Amino acid sequence: MELVTDNLTFKPENEYFLNQVSLEFQAGKLYTILGRTLSGKTSLLKTIAGLQPIDSGSITFEGKDFGSIQVWKRNVAMVYQQFINYPHLNVFDNIAFPLKQRKIKPPELVNKVSSAIRKVGLDGFEKRKIHELSGGQQQRVALARSLVKKAKILLLDEPLVNLDYKLREDLRDEFKNIFSSDFSTNSILIYSSTDPLEAMQLNGDIIVIDEGRILQSGIAKDVFENPSNIRVSEVTNDPAMNIFNGTIESNKIFLNENIRFDVPVHLKAIQAGSYHFGIRASDMFLDTKGFDFNVEIAEISGSETYLHLNQDELNVVLLLEEVKNFNDQDNIKINFNLKKLYVFDEKGDLLFSPFNMN
Amino acid sequence: MKSIYFTLKYFAITLWSMFVIAPFLWALSTSFKDFNSVTGGATYIPWLQFEPSLEGWKVLVRSPAKGGVDIIEPYFNSIFVTCTASLISIMLGTLAAYALSRFTFKAGIIKNNDITFFFISQRIMPPIVLSIPFFLMLGFLGLLDSLFGLILVYIVLLMPIAVWIMVDFFNKVPKEIDETALIDGCNPYQAFIKVVIPNSIPGLIVAVLFCIIFGWIDFFFAFILTFTEVQLLPVKIVALNSSVTPWWSLSASALVSVAPLVVVAFIVERYLSKGNLSGALK
Repeated sequence: MELVTDNLTFKPENEYFLNQVSLEFQAGKLYTILGRTLSGKTSLLKTIAGLQPIDSGSITFEGKDFGSIQVWKRNVAMVYQQFINYPHLNVFDNIAFPLKQRKIKPPELVNKVSSAIRKVGLDGFEKRKIHELSGGQQQRVALARSLVKKAKILLLDEPLVNLDYKLREDLRDEFKNIFSSDFSTNSILIYSSTDPLEAMQLNGDIIVIDEGRILQSGIAKDVFENPSNIRVSEVTNDPAMNIFNGTIESNKIFLNENIRFDVPVHLKAIQAGSYHFGIRASDMFLDTKGFDFNVEIAEISGSETYLHLNQDELNVVLLLEEVKNFNDQDNIKINFNLKKLYVFDEKGDLLFSPFNMN
Repeated sequence: MKSIYFTLKYFAITLWSMFVIAPFLWALSTSFKDFNSVTGGATYIPWLQFEPSLEGWKVLVRSPAKGGVDIIEPYFNSIFVTCTASLISIMLGTLAAYALSRFTFKAGIIKNNDITFFFISQRIMPPIVLSIPFFLMLGFLGLLDSLFGLILVYIVLLMPIAVWIMVDFFNKVPKEIDETALIDGCNPYQAFIKVVIPNSIPGLIVAVLFCIIFGWIDFFFAFILTFTEVQLLPVKIVALNSSVTPWWSLSASALVSVAPLVVVAFIVERYLSKGNLSGALK
């Protein structure tokens, strides 16, 4: 019961859609493919479904070559980010469609469809046409249609991205419940997302993909704590981790002429030289004894405040866990929580993380 | 303010309706006239202004031997040719349009859009350009003056219309719907029949309507490609005209020839006004 992709490569023109993607998926687990837009998430899912050709590489499922099996014979289900349903059918017939294709007859058919409808909370909507539903409801229909098949591989391509904020939260929780109750041991669940927070909340394995290449994979906590390189740190943090080019000389870290501090304990082993330093937006704070920065943009988001700051050529984004008003070009003083400082080497690979070192 | 708008709207609609319907009413009243009533000045109302006669209608079904012009055979010829050519054009055209919409074709510099344009370009040329090639081709194949030859020619004329309308329509049906159908267990043909076609019905209806109209009203090719064996309705109607124009039977035959289109228009209108079909896709 496992899905293995081996060196999948697809390069239709000048850019790689997939670049030597080798992964292993175990049944009963949830995988989140995390990557920016156009990073290859959808390509990977479509390749697994069999909807997209590959130049080289292979897919094996349960020991058999998946590549030679046609899409309609693979036992997969997929939910798209656009709300894709069959507009000419009502809700019930939409969900019944895959079962009818499998020649499942009425008593069983009705039972299965009804239970799927109940699971996604669409009771009473059976006779509605698709265009009479809201976006969230349409996506529920799509989800029910993919659940009803009990497919061994369930692919969810950014299923919540086109929904509004509140609905996304609700539906994500429902998704988690549905998955944990229905897909405990039998199926592989692959979810793609651009949102690091969503990936963390789903709390499965995270696969970070960029320009068609797998950058890192592992359990969510690991990927979050030890991003293997700068690109991963950007993709897995929102806002992206602040990266500074700096140097270490005689036990001091220099970010520019004004900003310098002692090397923190977890970095004692480091040698002098030039490095990339990374720090999360939430690991900086207002401090009257700190460094001077100018406010470029201050935006309040929910109960948090994002500050885009700069000093000379140095730009940082700071996340305050409170609502505070700032004016543009205000001068404020901030400091860094040095215990949370990451160090990357000049190629961008992780050297020191605040989490694994001691 | 609202009532002024209402009044103006209905005034405009009434005016336009009269403008459109008047010629038909005129033809209708003329079809019941005889020689004297037509030449005796403008009259409109039967019994009051002229004595109605069925002569104009009777001529149409009387055999030529008895001095009539039998339009029944041309009538069925026209229906047969139009329906067959439309059906084949729609079937082939829809498949071609689906392929052009979903797959990428490339032959040197020729791509999908160029192929689509090639189809449409068949209709851009004035038909007279094609008359001599068609005449020669059908002559070579021995299909001049035959229903089969006419059907072939009409397919050439009608299929571009079907392709043109359907390519545009299929492009509006998201590709992901086909893909979902494949994932849900349809092979490509089932996906096309069960999912793509049902979601393209408004486009299909428009295509059918255009094919039928353009097939039915064609005079030019029916005229040059047939002689005596086979005649289509438009040619037969024009042939009614002789030294003394028989306005009464011309009017009657004109009305008869319009009738099928009116019926088709009514059926199609019912389908198109079903909101759930035209607004099925966002």
